[in-house]
Amino acid sequence: MKLLKLVPDNTNLDFMRWRNIALILSIIVTAASIALVSTRGLNWGVDFVGGQSVRVTFSQPPNLDQLRSRVNGLGLGDASLQEFGSPNVISIRMPLPAGGETAATRAASQVRAAITQIHPDARFDAVETVSGKVSQELLRSGALAIGLAMLGIAIYIWIRFEWQFGVGALVTLFHDVWMTMGFFSLSQLEFNLNVVAAILTIVGYSLNDTVVIYDRIRENLRKYRKMEIVPLLNLSLNETLSRTMVTSLSILLALLALLLIGPDVIFGLTIAIFIGIFVGTYSSIYISSPILVWLRVTTASFLPKDPVSRAERGPRNEGYDGAQV
Amino acid sequence: MLNFPRWKVWGITLLCVFGVLLAVPSLIPANVMAGMPSFAQQIRDKVHVNLGLDLAGGSHLLLEAEVADVSRQRLESMEELMRRELRRASIRIGEVSTSGGQLSFVVRNPAQLGEARQIALAQSQGGSALSATQDWDVSVDGNRIAMRQNQAGIARAIDEAMGNAREVIDRRINQLGTLEPTIIRQGSSRIVVQVPGMQDPEALKQLIGRTARLEFKLVAPLSEEQLRSGRAPPGIQILPYVENGQSRPMAVQRRAMIAGDQIADARQNYNENGEVAVAITFNSAGSHRFARVTQENVGRPFAIILDNVIISAPNIREPILGGSASIAGSFTVESANQLAISLRSGRLPVELHVIEERTVGPDLGADSIRLGVIASIVATLAVILFMLITYGRFGVYTTIALILNGLMIIGIMAFFNATLTLPGIAGFVLTIGAAVDANVLINERIREEQRRGRRLLDALETGYKEAQTAIFDANITNVIAAVLMFYFGSGPIRGFAVVLMIGIVTSVFTAVNVTRMMVALWVRRARPKELHI
Repeated sequence: MKLLKLVPDNTNLDFMRWRNIALILSIIVTAASIALVSTRGLNWGVDFVGGQSVRVTFSQPPNLDQLRSRVNGLGLGDASLQEFGSPNVISIRMPLPAGGETAATRAASQVRAAITQIHPDARFDAVETVSGKVSQELLRSGALAIGLAMLGIAIYIWIRFEWQFGVGALVTLFHDVWMTMGFFSLSQLEFNLNVVAAILTIVGYSLNDTVVIYDRIRENLRKYRKMEIVPLLNLSLNETLSRTMVTSLSILLALLALLLIGPDVIFGLTIAIFIGIFVGTYSSIYISSPILVWLRVTTASFLPKDPVSRAERGPRNEGYDGAQV
Repeated sequence: MLNFPRWKVWGITLLCVFGVLLAVPSLIPANVMAGMPSFAQQIRDKVHVNLGLDLAGGSHLLLEAEVADVSRQRLESMEELMRRELRRASIRIGEVSTSGGQLSFVVRNPAQLGEARQIALAQSQGGSALSATQDWDVSVDGNRIAMRQNQAGIARAIDEAMGNAREVIDRRINQLGTLEPTIIRQGSSRIVVQVPGMQDPEALKQLIGRTARLEFKLVAPLSEEQLRSGRAPPGIQILPYVENGQSRPMAVQRRAMIAGDQIADARQNYNENGEVAVAITFNSAGSHRFARVTQENVGRPFAIILDNVIISAPNIREPILGGSASIAGSFTVESANQLAISLRSGRLPVELHVIEERTVGPDLGADSIRLGVIASIVATLAVILFMLITYGRFGVYTTIALILNGLMIIGIMAFFNATLTLPGIAGFVLTIGAAVDANVLINERIREEQRRGRRLLDALETGYKEAQTAIFDANITNVIAAVLMFYFGSGPIRGFAVVLMIGIVTSVFTAVNVTRMMVALWVRRARPKELHI
């Protein structure tokens, strides 16, 4: 039986040759993402700006203008109506109404009543109302969680490897998170709590690749004391390339199934992780690794402090006891 | 590599069998389950995955207490208490003030100042008499004694009020029928209410949103100018009287004749004029008191006040001795029913506001489950196919590990009665895709070691050993992200984090230990000379 090999044996690509071009490209795209998010902004969901979102299924496609004027007639602010997946399903977004923390939930009751009045057959699939206070808290805790996750992972990498690797991880994560945000600004897909969960997932998984590559770099730094750093990085990247491809592809395959078949409600979450895996795979090769060159990682960085025992044991594998025989 | 002791084989096998068995009850559809014997259903009740509101359908409400309400109420009751205690001790006071959140008064006779202070100190003791903590700070300035609530006192009062509120909400929701609500306190002044299967939260919101503080007070005569100025003399307050949708001010005595906490029962009915009304029955203390005040005040009007709004102000035509009364006041049958439920279950000790509401209809939830399950199966099949064409025999081992992993995630979630949410399904699919990573790392390493010219056994040994650090470090980063997600996230997101965390543990276990065992058993039995990988 002939087995599939995504990456042929003895592949030897000169990744590092393009590192400066890749860096410039990454900086430009990241800067563009940040600029896009700060000028065009994100399509914030009710989770983060408050207000209400109602999803209604009608038995027949409703008259949108009539529906809009009815809802706007309530004097609760400008409603935006959108088809959601099918012409029978309408999603109604309304801004945070004035009048204290309870105004949003009272407005939801009014909208519900108004729609039922003209369409008694309307089925309310989802109603979400979030007050200004709660949305601010959600925004704050979401941002905090992402920040802490990035920092926590960078510190972990620093402890397990060296400080240069920690910095590399942090810069990689910064790049990945902003690229995802940039995508959401560009596509104007709704940015809600699910997307924050997706970003946290990306923070975890995009670093998967980076860690595997770092692990190999560390191993090779110990093994080939005489090798220059650039060829050593190339070697490590090539050695792990097959694994990087197979794992990324299998995650993308699974996510593709969810994107194409899965419920519309989690489309944002799935697409965010999908994009994040792409970006993460790129950045583990072209951001995490070249940074080590600029931060002057050398074979001396991993000089064993206790030469005899380290040399005998080879790469460290303490701390893991899941599968020792 | 070949050294795989028998106990270890048994241990791993047992763990897998146990994990898979735990998953079984959650995988049997509800309609099949209904036809099974009762012991099977009992097992299912103990060991099953809960569905989150976004999958099962239902309502989630986040309520926040009006905290200022608690300290204002405490101030009012302290004023009443001090007046009574000082009167009992024959201490005359004046210039009583409750402005600025503190109670202060002037003791007329300076000789009694010390005694008055002792009374104030005695009344401001919180908790049990033994603990001797002061809930109020008492200070004396000249002839004036001031009592101010301290932080500890307010915190304790809020805590008590929230505990009470939780119980009241529980009683009120139970009146709506056979729902299974989850009512949890969150933080110091919030309560989360989750009611699965509830489609229209309006009734719930009405029911929870009402404090249901019912009071009977005598109407006070006040001139039109005084009413309009809104400034009431001491002992009298001005409240809105809502009648037929019109609101006008009306003056009543500050002191209540009788309060709602002396109600034993309340029902919706119709009064003698055929209007929708709420019939209330007082408890014995309440009916005695009601009989006495109605006797003393025949011919005078009194106001029935609900949550600081006068809903009706009839004249007392005759003493009411039976201990029951009927309240009419532009009710519909529905609103009268809700009021009756609220009165029966007691008043909320503090006003609660709905600050977040999320409702999902049951049809949408069912759709989500169906599509989610199909997507999970397709995703698993796609990954399995990919593994088989990439790794051949080792792909089969990876596949077995993958299926075991999926079942064990469900099993562990069932064991802890964890909640599966819609993002959780996404987490499941993601885990299926990522779970093969450990195997990919191992398999690629084995390929590599073979290319370097190592012999089969050596390559297997090195592959498993060298891949371990990478597997460990790579998974820790996911754990860090998932833990933070769980800590900072709310409902559905937590469901996502739970699946990720469980998935990380099970995937490392199945990918490393299970496949290693299978490889070892195969090598021992077949003694292969070479390996296609």
